[in-house]
Amino acid sequence: MKEIMTAKNVKLSYGNFEALHGIDLDFPEKRLTALIGPSGCGKSTFLRCLNRMNDDITGVKISGDIRFNGKDIYSPKMDLVALRKHVGMVFQQPTPFPFSVYDNVAYGLRIAGVKDKKLIEQRVEESLKQAAIWDETKDNLKRNAQAFSGGQQQRICIARTLAIRPEVVLLDEPTSALDPISSMEIEKTLMSLKHKYTFIMVTHNLQQASRVADQVAFLMNGNLIETGPTEKMFISPKNKVTSNYLNGRFG
Amino acid sequence: MSEKNDDLKKVVNQALAEQKVPHVKLDKMKPSTVDIDKLTKPSKETHQEYWGKGLTFLAIILIILLVVSIIGFVGEHGLATFFSDHVNIIHFLTSTNWDPTQGENHVGALAMIVTSFLVTLISALIAAPFAIAVALFMTEYSSKRSAKFLQSVTELLVGIPSVVYGFLGLTIIVPTIRNVFGGTGFGILAATLVLFVMVLPTITSLTVDALKAVPTELRNSSAALGATRWQTIYHVILRASTSRILTAIIFGMARAFGEALAVQMVIGNAVLMPYNLVSPSATLTSQLTSQMGNTVMGTLPNNALWSLALLLLLMSLLFNFLVHLIGKKGKK
Repeated sequence: MKEIMTAKNVKLSYGNFEALHGIDLDFPEKRLTALIGPSGCGKSTFLRCLNRMNDDITGVKISGDIRFNGKDIYSPKMDLVALRKHVGMVFQQPTPFPFSVYDNVAYGLRIAGVKDKKLIEQRVEESLKQAAIWDETKDNLKRNAQAFSGGQQQRICIARTLAIRPEVVLLDEPTSALDPISSMEIEKTLMSLKHKYTFIMVTHNLQQASRVADQVAFLMNGNLIETGPTEKMFISPKNKVTSNYLNGRFG
Repeated sequence: MSEKNDDLKKVVNQALAEQKVPHVKLDKMKPSTVDIDKLTKPSKETHQEYWGKGLTFLAIILIILLVVSIIGFVGEHGLATFFSDHVNIIHFLTSTNWDPTQGENHVGALAMIVTSFLVTLISALIAAPFAIAVALFMTEYSSKRSAKFLQSVTELLVGIPSVVYGFLGLTIIVPTIRNVFGGTGFGILAATLVLFVMVLPTITSLTVDALKAVPTELRNSSAALGATRWQTIYHVILRASTSRILTAIIFGMARAFGEALAVQMVIGNAVLMPYNLVSPSATLTSQLTSQMGNTVMGTLPNNALWSLALLLLLMSLLFNFLVHLIGKKGKK
């Protein structure tokens, strides 16, 4: 299996505080990898390293080697805008822009300079279908995206990310702000898409990780404790700490 | 057996005595007895509540009285022009003949109304793009330190008294215009330039607030879709804050419309229909400040000035109404 993203010895610090102490983790293509671990363990921080969303934080220092399709994403030659078109991201809170559903999903294409109306229209429909929100939006594509419910908004955001056809989609606790039913909808969406895209998802919900992930990585205190195929991680983890955490015997 | 009991008691007592933190006796933590009589009477806190409510209510009453009496006073004198001095209200709004000392057929405010609007609109039109650009730089591009510096500069500009701006305009702008365009140098252009400087910080600081109110998540989401900073600004941030930016511009216009002193110093104070930007003219406010010392209370010239004041009051009501209207639309 091909590794689409590889991280070697990734360290990150804010000022004097080191948040990640050297993480080695590879992400297989067209699989869903879940990053789990207690709050503040650095999993979201690590995720944001993968499309360089941490760059803007003042006083942040990142070292190590992160490669996307074999190219170093932290090399000075890397074009940030181009990178983010290939490595998309969905955030914890649904963040639709304050305009129509259609314009939201078309946003990424339009800023990329796509002028072909037919293509945009086609992509919008396709992406909304992929994100399993088409049935709820097809009759009111002109409606303000912020007028939808939280779960619908999040799926619109997923559609918006998919519309630019990224190779990797980073998901930062995409269901933590949603109710269980909306979460299930999103999980279904991910299940149906994970053979087309590479997903890397941070989640607090262990059941969710066990349901949707192909590979699980367990982080704690800025260290990668253990990683492996989901079944192996949940049934026979090598590390005692992992076993305790996954069984809820923690701390 | 009893000896052992005594011993144990001694040990416990000694331990309690040696404790640094006093031992909490549990029987003191019983719920306090309920006094039914007290429950039905207002407690000390409730009394304070009454006091607080009463005081704030009193303040509100005072303010309402003040506003009502101002409107009443201005309205009474302003309307006296039309009712007791028999000036035709249509004539007042459409005639450019302004010389109230000559009688009721010479009370036409159109020239001043037009000048006031021209000065306000032009200065806001020039100031708005600058203000938005400065605000964008402060919130989106600059570092926190330079943003703070720029903010204190704009606050300083807001705080400078208007007479200082007028004085600067009189000594710098008016002579410059005179040298470039000829004429006296007094006029709408000079007033506009002075107002531009005065309105700029107002619009800027309100626009900064508007831009700061756009959630960071939207910026991040846009960036995560491969947008550049400028694309994010243009397509998301400005769009999300349009109504608040419009509000900022209207506040700036209200300030420009109401500014009297600085305008009076540079506009020339001739109640004439402005035929170009450098001909001397007068605004509603400049006419009020320059003439209010020259009239006798209760006479037609004085009442005519009150009518101008009433017009200004109505305009500021209109500006307020516009702000509310835009605010409501923005929420939708």
